[in-house]
Amino acid sequence: MTPDTALRAEGLGTRYGGRSRPWALRDCTFALPAGRVCALVGPNGAGKSTLLALAAGLLRPTAGTIEAPERERLAYVAQDKPLYPRLTVADTLRMGRELNPGRWDEATAERVIADELDPGSLVRELSGGQRTRLVLALALGKRPELLLLDEPMADLDPLARHQLMGLLMADAAEHGTTVVMSSHILTELEGACDHLLLLQNGRIRLDGSVDDLLSGHALLTGPAGGAGLTAHTVVDSRTTGRQLTALIRREGPVEGPWEITDPTLEDLLLAHLRTPEGARS
Amino acid sequence: MLAYRIDRRSGVATYLQIVQQTKQALRMGLLEPGDRLPTAREVVEATAINPNTVLKAYRELEREGLVEARRGLGTFVRATLGTGPADSPLRGELADWARRARTEGLERDDVAALFTSVLNEFFENEHHDTEHHKGDA
Repeated sequence: MTPDTALRAEGLGTRYGGRSRPWALRDCTFALPAGRVCALVGPNGAGKSTLLALAAGLLRPTAGTIEAPERERLAYVAQDKPLYPRLTVADTLRMGRELNPGRWDEATAERVIADELDPGSLVRELSGGQRTRLVLALALGKRPELLLLDEPMADLDPLARHQLMGLLMADAAEHGTTVVMSSHILTELEGACDHLLLLQNGRIRLDGSVDDLLSGHALLTGPAGGAGLTAHTVVDSRTTGRQLTALIRREGPVEGPWEITDPTLEDLLLAHLRTPEGARS
Repeated sequence: MLAYRIDRRSGVATYLQIVQQTKQALRMGLLEPGDRLPTAREVVEATAINPNTVLKAYRELEREGLVEARRGLGTFVRATLGTGPADSPLRGELADWARRARTEGLERDDVAALFTSVLNEFFENEHHDTEHHKGDA
């Protein structure tokens, strides 16, 4: 793997159980540049958790390969945020220090804890937001090159979400950490991510830098039957009365009777999810 | 230190919001040559946006000659914009004018409309049309 790629998959596929079982993930090929903050999005059951577990080395692929940093240089936080309920906050951090000899960064871990957690509190007494904070302290204290977070912001109130996202971004700014975060709610991640992986039914539907994806697409509004659409790849189009709205992948300058607007990330996502796989190219 | 306020619903690209708020602070004299802009780390910790967005905004400000990056030290203001501090004579005259407009019974919207029309008469509409567009091919 080249030093500027943090995570790479080639023809990656997984199914749980024998040949009769459906693929949880299939034919996934992508390369995530180092230093990116990647949103891994898709409907429930799209394969997001499977992909993260494969990247973390917790699952073996049924087909293809995935290349990620070795175990010591990555951190993975599962959806259920596993912690020992009977340990205190201080004990949990000591465990992080002892499990990561030579890598542990006490200052980073303490900055995540800040004044928000009492070192003497038991883990089982913590709120959802506090548990997430502690789990992130463990993950970031390890100084990972690649940080894999499965639905990290679920069950957090808006303030805790904003604070923890701020902490993550600060770490990415300071250490250049590559981050992959999954969610089925895009707005949770919008603004924080500069890279997008969209999964649907175990396959990759969109993959690339957010800027490239946005500038590569356009939202067109105009008369139904208007000329010039065929020059582009129409991802999704809808007709209301005489008006047509289409999201296209640009294949050159847009010509014809169209009003052009820049799509939002959400426009892009919804358009791709509405269109069944295979109908796009 | 400048604190950026990001409005995710505004439809204006996030990096442009940072550029515009920095320019506004320069116009109001809240930032002066030699002042340091907040570091990318400081901005993203407070706003939860992507670090590259901040760097993109700072590059744009640097390209326009308003700030300069000094390696290992941070990004510093080089130039001011507009007529300077908030208590300048021009502001005073404008305040007098606004007071008169109110005494004559003008509503806030009337004043804004009047001001915009004079603005358009004397200045080219440079910012609002071009800046928001991300370059339609």
